[in-house]
Formats: sequence, C-alpha cells, structure tokens
Amino acid sequence: MSTLAPAVSYESDTGVTNAKLGIWLFLASEVMLFATLFTSYLVLRMGALSWPRGWEVLNVPLAMCNTFILITSSVTIVMAYAAVVERDKPKFKKFMLVTIGLSFGFLILKGIEYRAHFMHNEFPSTSIFNAIYFTTTGLHGLHVIGGIIVNSALLYLSDSQWDHPLFVGRVEGAGLYWHFVDIVWIFLFPALYLL
Amino acid sequence: MSDHGPHKPDVKMYLFVFGALMVLTVVTVLVSWLHLPIHAAVAVGLMIATVKASLVAAFFMHLKGERKIIYGLLGMTVFFMIILFVLPLRDFHDLAPRTQHIAVGAEQP
Repeated sequence: MSTLAPAVSYESDTGVTNAKLGIWLFLASEVMLFATLFTSYLVLRMGALSWPRGWEVLNVPLAMCNTFILITSSVTIVMAYAAVVERDKPKFKKFMLVTIGLSFGFLILKGIEYRAHFMHNEFPSTSIFNAIYFTTTGLHGLHVIGGIIVNSALLYLSDSQWDHPLFVGRVEGAGLYWHFVDIVWIFLFPALYLL
Repeated sequence: MSDHGPHKPDVKMYLFVFGALMVLTVVTVLVSWLHLPIHAAVAVGLMIATVKASLVAAFFMHLKGERKIIYGLLGMTVFFMIILFVLPLRDFHDLAPRTQHIAVGAEQP
C-alpha cells in the first residue's frame, strides 16, 4: 500500500467518467421513484379519516437498530472505497465483508419485523397504512438485496480485477448506490415509525 | 477533490460524520417521545432527516467538491422532485373538500 489507484480516462467535456455520470443519472431516476412513493404516502395520510402514529403499530427499537446498522454500513463501504484508492486489498476485503454482513443484518431484522406483522394477520391489504408501509419498506429491502449482490460481486472480483483501471470507479459507484439506500432509510424511518 | 482523479479519502472526517449521524438518530427517536403535535413532529423529523441525508451526501458520497455537471444533474432532479411533490398535493388540496362533501352526502339516507 503505497501508490494510489491507476488513472482512468475522464471525459474532457464533463470532467467525470461516463460510469460515474451513469450512476448519478441512475440515482436521479431512483430519487423520482421514491419521491413518488413519498407523495403517495402524504396524499393517503392527509386524505385518511384516521391514521395510526407509527410508534403505536410498528417496532421502533428494531427500526432504530436497523438505522444504526445502515449508517455503520455506509461508513464501512466508504472505508472500503478509501482502501481501494490507497491500494490496500486486505483492508478493502475486510470492510466490504463487514458491509455485506451488516446488510444481511438489516434484512434479518426487517424479516423479524415482517414476521411479527404477519403473525398478527397484518398484510398490505389490511389497511392503507399497511399498504404504504409494506410497499415502501419492501421496495427499500429489494434495493438492499441489490446492494448485497453488487458488493458481493465486487468482493469476489477484487482478486482478479484489482489492477483493472475501472475497478476504483466500480467500487465508487457501488458506494454511491449504497449511500443512496441509506439516505432513503433516513427519511423512511421517521416518516413511518416516528410520526 | 483532486482534479481528474478519485476523491481523496478523509478517514477522520468519515468517522466524525459517522458519530454525528448516530447522535442525530438518537435525537430523532428522543424527539418522537415528546409526542409533539403532528405538524411540529413532521417539521422536526424532516429537518433532522435532511441534515443526516446532507451529511451522507456531502461527505460519504463526496458531493462536497464534486464536478459541476453532477451538481447540475442533482439540481434538475431536485427541481422535478419538487414538482412531483407539489402538483399532487395542490391537486389534493383543491379536490379534498369536494370529495369529503360527496362522501358525507353518500352517508346520508
């Protein structure tokens, strides 16, 4: 670990790689997707004759643990990015592995939460609140699964592609996506559980 | 940001932001225990969430010191996101009194 990551070609008219511009465009479309769901949440809540306060019907301590888990995973993935920039492969693998482990931890806690709802016969069709709760957290959960797949692939490919000039950009792109998943949860947590 | 290269990692800053995010999460939950009126609760919750999201975006996503084209792209995203929020809410605001009137009328024999 002494040299920095190999140079890649940056587009002269944008100053960023096409891959980076692509991932930001993808995240912009993701913002619109989740914004649509948040708007639906607002309209449904304002139009409902009654709406439960989140803490009355949802497991706040479990969701708070999940918030801590996602924030920690955001730090570990940015540390993995720092390791790949500094050309420290063991450190990269360690932090990426911890990130993936935390992601599974998030899904396990979410599964426990879902199971408790199902045991009490609470399904998306039970109420409008449940419909929006399962839709938003379910879609977010799918994004977590997507992140696990991408991060696992990068961990697996790190041995064969470590010196590939685009590897740093791929890790950066995966990190940007993962931070976006974290940001979505930062808004979902208070909106669903605490209001 | 180094020009035309990967962002220079700042581990100390990452750890500082991590601490701030943890503290703000605890603050969010503590505020919810106050059981504020819904409008105040929404304002406080949204404010803390926005600060947390800004910290993640600025430091973990390295938006602080990013290229102009990324700022432009995000500016357009925020612009269209606001439209996405405002138009349905405005529509709801206009239609809600009428639909409530219809609903009340439907309940009467």
